[in-house]
Amino acid sequence: MTNVQGRFDFNVIADWIRPGEKVLDLGCGDGSLLRYLKDEKGVRGYGVDNDPDNVLACIGNGVNVVQIDLEAGLSGFEDGFFDHVVMSLSLQTVRHTEQMLAEMLRVGREAVVSFPNFGHSSHREAIAAGHMPVSKSLPYQWYNTPNVRFFTMADFEELCAVLGIAIRERVAFEGERLVTADPNLNASIAAYRLGRGG
Amino acid sequence: MDETTNSVGLALPRRAHFDTSLPLEGGAVLPSFDLVYETYGELNAARSNAVLVCHALSGNHHVAGWHADNPKNIGWWDNLVGPGKPLDTRKFFVVGVNNLGGCYGSTGPVTINPATGKPWGADFPVIVVEDCVASQAHLADRLGIESWAAVIGGSLGGMQALEWTLAYPERIRHALVIAAAPKLTAQNIAFNEVARQAILTDPDFHGGHYYEHGVVPARGLRLARMLGHITYLSDDQMAEKFGRKLRREALQYSYEVDFEIESYLRYQGDKFAGFFDANTYLITTKALDYFDPAGRYGGDLPAALARARAKFLVVSFSTDWRFAPERSREIVYGLVHNGLDASYAEIESSAGHDSFLLDDPRYHAVLRTYFEGIRT
Repeated sequence: MTNVQGRFDFNVIADWIRPGEKVLDLGCGDGSLLRYLKDEKGVRGYGVDNDPDNVLACIGNGVNVVQIDLEAGLSGFEDGFFDHVVMSLSLQTVRHTEQMLAEMLRVGREAVVSFPNFGHSSHREAIAAGHMPVSKSLPYQWYNTPNVRFFTMADFEELCAVLGIAIRERVAFEGERLVTADPNLNASIAAYRLGRGG
Repeated sequence: MDETTNSVGLALPRRAHFDTSLPLEGGAVLPSFDLVYETYGELNAARSNAVLVCHALSGNHHVAGWHADNPKNIGWWDNLVGPGKPLDTRKFFVVGVNNLGGCYGSTGPVTINPATGKPWGADFPVIVVEDCVASQAHLADRLGIESWAAVIGGSLGGMQALEWTLAYPERIRHALVIAAAPKLTAQNIAFNEVARQAILTDPDFHGGHYYEHGVVPARGLRLARMLGHITYLSDDQMAEKFGRKLRREALQYSYEVDFEIESYLRYQGDKFAGFFDANTYLITTKALDYFDPAGRYGGDLPAALARARAKFLVVSFSTDWRFAPERSREIVYGLVHNGLDASYAEIESSAGHDSFLLDDPRYHAVLRTYFEGIRT
């Protein structure tokens, strides 16, 4: 795996994407994942972000970016148009989680999501000590966090079952170390490759 | 070129005469035509750094710098074009051209019809976006520009940039489509129709042959411009700029000017009626109304855009209700459908449609960054 700008989850995501695919990256930030996928895999990618600074950074990175509000939906994109719809470390910032996952799997053949695992042992310890967790994967105070949904890997997997979303692959890690033993307790970041169930 | 002011400096309008007939979309044929244009910067040896700037309803070829006979006549997009500016004339060779049917020197209603020896007037055919672009392609040939590094325009100019990618896909590498639309809405056409009716019903219009009567339909043109101005601004901006401020201390209880906004509109209307040609106004509003590249594809915009090969930057402004962000997004989704490289920025601005002419830092940063990424 090649390290992309110190974002370990990028490597996992990149490994799930085949050369030449059409990829939509939701909450694409400065476009570094798409830039990497474009250079290394010849991916035809589009980013979505609503932050003007990120839009400018993407343009500077030579990455396609569409400035829209994710919460307003992906209605402009066609059914099944993308091979993969990626949401890297952003799902916890989206209010309408169910609709977002449904939309990702409507416009994409598969969805790839990564998110900070609120069930990580350090977070549990913080709660046990009477405080909301602040860590490398959750670097915000409760009063200034952009995160609006707080969930663990176990919670996420339950939701997938309820929504009939198939979990095709799962990778969990702590820092850059892969975690296989009890990831809901030991992993701070999780990444999933999802498909339409059935 | 003046490095201290970032101005292109003295601008020289030039005229290109084309002794070739130009068949128009509406069926008429222009036997020959002239285009007036200005250029800034130097065309490089590979002829790969040329950028065409297309103008909107009331614009012209004078994009940047000033004119020798009137140093106060600064180009309409001088804040964008110049050495060190977002469209940097140290890197690019920039071309501004007056639209066919215009009133700034290119062949149009005010120029002489060779068949009659009199001004064309109302006999000048309706010119549409496709015709403007076809005439611009002749100018590109004349200047030795096989393909534009970019074509940029706002509003009607943005429609022309889009049309370039469809009419001449191999001759344009980047299209910057700003505050534009893939077609006008009924509401937008309605505003244009009221403007046209104001002109057409002015007793001084004389069926479009007012030149021969030594008059201009100034009342109609003035009303058309006043209406236009209302729609180019946003409600918020008007409230902020004028509110209910009075021109004098007390209400007049008459039809003289009470409010500042009335004074502003009258001033803008009078100014415009003093120099712009009414026939050109009529033609240009028709060009806006008729533009609909998806029309030939049963309204399927993605199908219409399939011919394009360029890379796109699409920009809209949050308070632009005449060319709303939704219309720009339609273009973007159509481009994505075709797998074309496209980026879309929606600029937060209070200035409505007119925002595309202003130098909002975020807007200009987007344009600057995009132009920096264009290889020449």
